[in-house]
Amino acid sequence: MSVLAAFRDSERAAPILERIRARNTGPVSLMEFCGGHTVAIFRSGIRSVMPGNVRMLSGPGCPVCVTSNADLDRAAALAKMPNVLLATYGDMLKVPGSKESLAEVKAQGYPVHIVYSTLDALRLAQEHPDKQVVFFAIGFETTAPAAAAAVLQARAQGLSNFSICSVMKLTIPGARALLDMGEVRVHGVIGPGHVSSIIGADAWRFLPEQYGLPVAISGFEPLDLLAAVDALLEMIEGGKPGLSNGYTRIVKAEGNRKAWGAVNAVFERGTATWRGFGEIPESGLLLREEYAAFDADRRFQPEVAASSEHPACRCGEVLRGVVEPPDCEVYGTVCTPDHPLGPCMVSSEGSCAAYFHFHQGAARPH
Amino acid sequence: MCLAVPARIIELRPDSMALVDIQGTQREVSLMVLDGDAAVGEYVLIHVGYAIEKIDEEEAARTLALFDELALHDESFGAPTPGDEA
Repeated sequence: MSVLAAFRDSERAAPILERIRARNTGPVSLMEFCGGHTVAIFRSGIRSVMPGNVRMLSGPGCPVCVTSNADLDRAAALAKMPNVLLATYGDMLKVPGSKESLAEVKAQGYPVHIVYSTLDALRLAQEHPDKQVVFFAIGFETTAPAAAAAVLQARAQGLSNFSICSVMKLTIPGARALLDMGEVRVHGVIGPGHVSSIIGADAWRFLPEQYGLPVAISGFEPLDLLAAVDALLEMIEGGKPGLSNGYTRIVKAEGNRKAWGAVNAVFERGTATWRGFGEIPESGLLLREEYAAFDADRRFQPEVAASSEHPACRCGEVLRGVVEPPDCEVYGTVCTPDHPLGPCMVSSEGSCAAYFHFHQGAARPH
Repeated sequence: MCLAVPARIIELRPDSMALVDIQGTQREVSLMVLDGDAAVGEYVLIHVGYAIEKIDEEEAARTLALFDELALHDESFGAPTPGDEA
């Protein structure tokens, strides 16, 4: 699809960059709330071409990273229950919990299966009628429709050996929590492209209306991101915070009502625990009472000891945008993608891993 | 995690499934949460095995045209912005 390749056209990037450099905003910090944007911004080198007054920040946009150790421990406990087969997206496997990762649980001989899609998890349940297949569901609004669809299909097919352990989260309560904490000064927000394809661009209007912050929904190509930065700077410069949607080829104002409708039919909002933030009310997607039969937590009631964090890992502060990866003592020395201490170094979308791969592998001298 | 890839629909199959081409690789995906009908030849965005949105080529072309228009506009007002010298 050649028209999409054009969004990587460096000749088109130059004039947008010129506009960015000519903006007169004073020092500003722009934050994205999407792991895909974190990687795209590093990979395209956008950080390094920004003028000195524009600082790019990453918020809690990596669903693997914001998963708490307590939730990881629960998944490990489920995997160890008799007759249970745990299915999970591959991203979760290497994330260290309080004691062990799911990869280590698997190495001990417990059945942990990596799936690409909930469709594969459903297939596992169909192929193993004697096993209880538990899908460990992580992700934000983009990923939630796949989990909802799986529950709806399991019910339609009368599958009694399929359930999910949902630790899925909503980006907007997360973004609000970060802004309400007031630890980091944010002047504009790059809105997540694919989350917004589900919930709609209009879901972000609360930023200009309630926080006085401009928001620019962006795609993942270099031109998308540069245009989003320019749109934010233009709104900051003019003192007119609003909503800009530069990803109209995917994101509609109202989003995907069918997908979001399925999510809301199966899940309700409840308190979720985020790494670095603690409990955030109304930020988690929990199975509704009428789908309780598909809730692994209710079905198996795993017992989990109190969770603990690695004392040296500063993922929580990285996720809040308070510190940058090299500010962490163990970044790039003890903690590397090969030997990660925390999820921000495990996930390819984690700030630490992105920083390590694209920016500078070496640690900052302490 | 929220990354999604463009794919072209090759064949519509029963139970809201479809065979798609993702950069030369064929894969069966679900159209269950896609809003509206999809036809063979259309492009959709795939995330964890589900088509989540159609890709609007006209909108893509419009966005590019807007970039080009802004670039032309810039050439006509190349004067430095006040305060830039700081």
